[in-house]
Amino acid sequence: MTVAAIPTKSVRAAPSPPPGAMPLALTINGEHHRVEVDPRTTLLDLLRDHLRLTGTKKGCDHGQCGACTVIAGGKRINACLSLALQHDGDKVTTIEGLGTPDRLHPLQAAFVKHDGFQCGYCTPGQICSAVAVLGEIKAGIPSHVSADLTAPMRATNAEVRERMSGNICRCGAYSNIAEAIAEVAAA
Amino acid sequence: MKFDTPAGINPIDRMKVVGVAHDRVDGKFKTTGMAPYAYERHDVAPGQLYGFILGSAIAKGHIAAIHTTHAESAPGVRAVVTYANAGKLGKGSKNTANLLAGPEIEHYHQAVAIVVADTFEAARSAAALIDVDYVRGTGHFDLAAAAPTAPLHSEDKDKSKPAVLDRVGDFEAAFAAAPVTLDATYTTPDEAHAMMEPFATVASWSGDKLTVWTSNQMIAWAHDDLAQTLGIAKENLRVNSPFIGGGFGGKLFLRADAVMAALGAKAAGRPVKVAMTRPMMFNNSTHRPATIQRIRLGATRGGKLTSISHISTSGNLPDGSPETATAQTKLLYAAPNRLIGTRLAVLDLPEGNAMRAPGEASGLMALEIAMDEMAEKLGMDPVEFRIVNDTQEDPEKPGRLFSQRQLIRCLRDGAARFDWSARNPRPGNTRDGDQLIGLGVATAFRNNLNVTSGARVRLGHDGVVTVETDMTDIGTGSYTIIAQTAAEMMGVPLDRVVVRLGDSSFPVSAGSGGQFGAGSSTSGVYAACVKLREAIAQNLGVNSADAVFEDGHVRSGNRRVALADAVRGGEIVAEDTMHWGDLDKEYQQSTFGAHFVEVAVDAFTGEIRVRRMLAVCAAGRVLNPKTARSQVIGAMTMGVGGALMEELAVDTRFGFFVNHDLAGYEVPVHADIPHQEVIFLDEADDKVSPMKAKGIGELGLCGVAAAVANAVYNATGVRVRDYPITLDKHLEKLPALIQALTIRNVCEKAK
Repeated sequence: MTVAAIPTKSVRAAPSPPPGAMPLALTINGEHHRVEVDPRTTLLDLLRDHLRLTGTKKGCDHGQCGACTVIAGGKRINACLSLALQHDGDKVTTIEGLGTPDRLHPLQAAFVKHDGFQCGYCTPGQICSAVAVLGEIKAGIPSHVSADLTAPMRATNAEVRERMSGNICRCGAYSNIAEAIAEVAAA
Repeated sequence: MKFDTPAGINPIDRMKVVGVAHDRVDGKFKTTGMAPYAYERHDVAPGQLYGFILGSAIAKGHIAAIHTTHAESAPGVRAVVTYANAGKLGKGSKNTANLLAGPEIEHYHQAVAIVVADTFEAARSAAALIDVDYVRGTGHFDLAAAAPTAPLHSEDKDKSKPAVLDRVGDFEAAFAAAPVTLDATYTTPDEAHAMMEPFATVASWSGDKLTVWTSNQMIAWAHDDLAQTLGIAKENLRVNSPFIGGGFGGKLFLRADAVMAALGAKAAGRPVKVAMTRPMMFNNSTHRPATIQRIRLGATRGGKLTSISHISTSGNLPDGSPETATAQTKLLYAAPNRLIGTRLAVLDLPEGNAMRAPGEASGLMALEIAMDEMAEKLGMDPVEFRIVNDTQEDPEKPGRLFSQRQLIRCLRDGAARFDWSARNPRPGNTRDGDQLIGLGVATAFRNNLNVTSGARVRLGHDGVVTVETDMTDIGTGSYTIIAQTAAEMMGVPLDRVVVRLGDSSFPVSAGSGGQFGAGSSTSGVYAACVKLREAIAQNLGVNSADAVFEDGHVRSGNRRVALADAVRGGEIVAEDTMHWGDLDKEYQQSTFGAHFVEVAVDAFTGEIRVRRMLAVCAAGRVLNPKTARSQVIGAMTMGVGGALMEELAVDTRFGFFVNHDLAGYEVPVHADIPHQEVIFLDEADDKVSPMKAKGIGELGLCGVAAAVANAVYNATGVRVRDYPITLDKHLEKLPALIQALTIRNVCEKAK
């Protein structure tokens, strides 16, 4: 594919590529990036430290909390569990790619309306996860609580809660998050 | 301003902005990832290096030698700091253990070194090359083993006085004479705050001046204790913490990330950023200490308590403090004979300290199960039993009234709303298919505290009101309620107020802790706004006493002037601090509530699911019903964690918490939490502050775990007194399971 129409930004790993750095090209929120990174760099640290896209959060760095959830190749993943180099050529969407303070994504607006967050640290991950969850339900992908694996999926309270359970919110905004997602699912 | 007489009518009473459910003013930044947390400050201190902290591999003993040569020569490494080259460090007044170990080790994962390197990967890799020769000492790690000989703890600041139990009347005689008694022991485990944002700091030196961008609930405490630890003058230190990814008490104190970042930055001669790794947080930092609580209740056959005793034992490092789990028992229920006290064992586990609702959260986990057990012994409804034993005065100081106490209404309203009358008082007898259904109730109680709090308020040329205070927003909604307070006081819309928080260059506030943040910090803003109103009135030549600030104008008599006219000659700035008189001595100031929970327990697996939750709260004026409700549902969620899953597992041989990450230390997830309902009683407490508001963020947690536990008992008939109630603790005793198996056996035999 050609990316000529998309602005290319060359960002070097800060402060300079360490010995053994490897080249990587990927598209994040529609913007093409070429970087050189230490092969040990996770996708999460590439985003936060190298590209300065700090909306994606590091809560545990172990795939246990979901704060780093991003959408890569159309699927939600924990960015901390994936090395940056595994994403050569991938398209990645982060919270910054969903909406801005002046133009909120419907889920971002619903989180504000239903107060689906408190400290805000898990929030970008919750929202990225919720976007993907609604997509998974629409695509008919069943979950652990789906009674009928072949019937059309619906975004019931039980389905949404089950599918969102990889995203921990220690402030305990779950009840409000469920309402925010339900509102967008019904729209 | 000093608040020493009950509040009269004031501009807050208009409740045009205050008391209204506003969205969070910082919401659009948090939901788009634009709110900057400590580790993300690419906008400050260019040239940041990466720090990685190494924690102690032993719990107690000392370092015989620490070999850093390999780490220092690893690729990209700029500096390695240990006790050997850190220089002399002090200890913060709020810290029990030192934040940098060596040569003595006080607890597991106490920081022993920081490696500073060009990249995170290089720093982490080099940290693994540090070789420490430890000499293990003998430590005490087992609370149950230490409890029998744990000495009484004195609450008296004068430690020369011997510690005594808190006595009213003659407990022993009354308990012995009571026709109905309960004597039971309950345990609560060590718990972790487990806030989502790890401890993180960017530190940057400029000569002998240091700035830290960090994540801390109490800016002034961090400021004092970091200066004291590093031995620098306070005026040479700036602490900044505008967004905090959760704290729950874990970020009340200066922690190792800030100290180690500062030491690393000094050694490397460049700014350094540090985030503590998740697996290090649980043993490096503080936790809610485990308790063993013995409760004795004596009552008349009619259900009137005649005697209450509550003795709680917890452990901590030398010079640490106890978990004050008996705090609520002094004030919650009437009984003429009382015996209350805490014991404190010395343990060499990581430092125990405040976690959300310290004292009451743990204490009510035990007391409110005891009340449930006693109600059953008496054959009384648990709601009625609590109502019968309500008190309107301090039971230890008869005649000293509560400023406001509507516990009975919380219980009655909640019972009606929750359809409590449908509860089957016979436990283990309500089924819904394979599910055993139970309802539980518990009282919520937490004292209200007021803390000195200051703010600066400015009216700019553009008519915008800017508030500056070192208050923090840890998810509590401080930005929003402070904006609401200033908008109400100055008569401007919410979008004409800018709130700037969390910087040591701003006036010192209450900070976020002990559910004192909302009431205290808004009172400080109130005081500053009163001064600003006076200055504006003076500028406009009107009498401030009868001036009405509304709709962006000042009205006095027949005159109506735009606020903007007052700042033609330049912006007007006012600053004040709210100080507190003795109204809290004259009146007991507390917050109240009732928690109702419905659970379903799988009759065959023992799996517990929370089906419904309701909290009814009485906590004075609610400044923002939307954010206050979120505080309460979040606390209810944490209460479910405490009831059913949260427990730091102690390795009593090596002295550390084994399950030190978010996979091993389980907290509630989406699937665990149903829709939650919260009701606030319409109150305004004029004895507490001009805002007439009390704290709510900790009240919401108090009693929740016991309400869950009581619901589980009502479902199963199996009483579990050791938290958390994991299914292994009741599975073998489930009557429904036993019954089902018996029926199956009979059926099979009949075939």
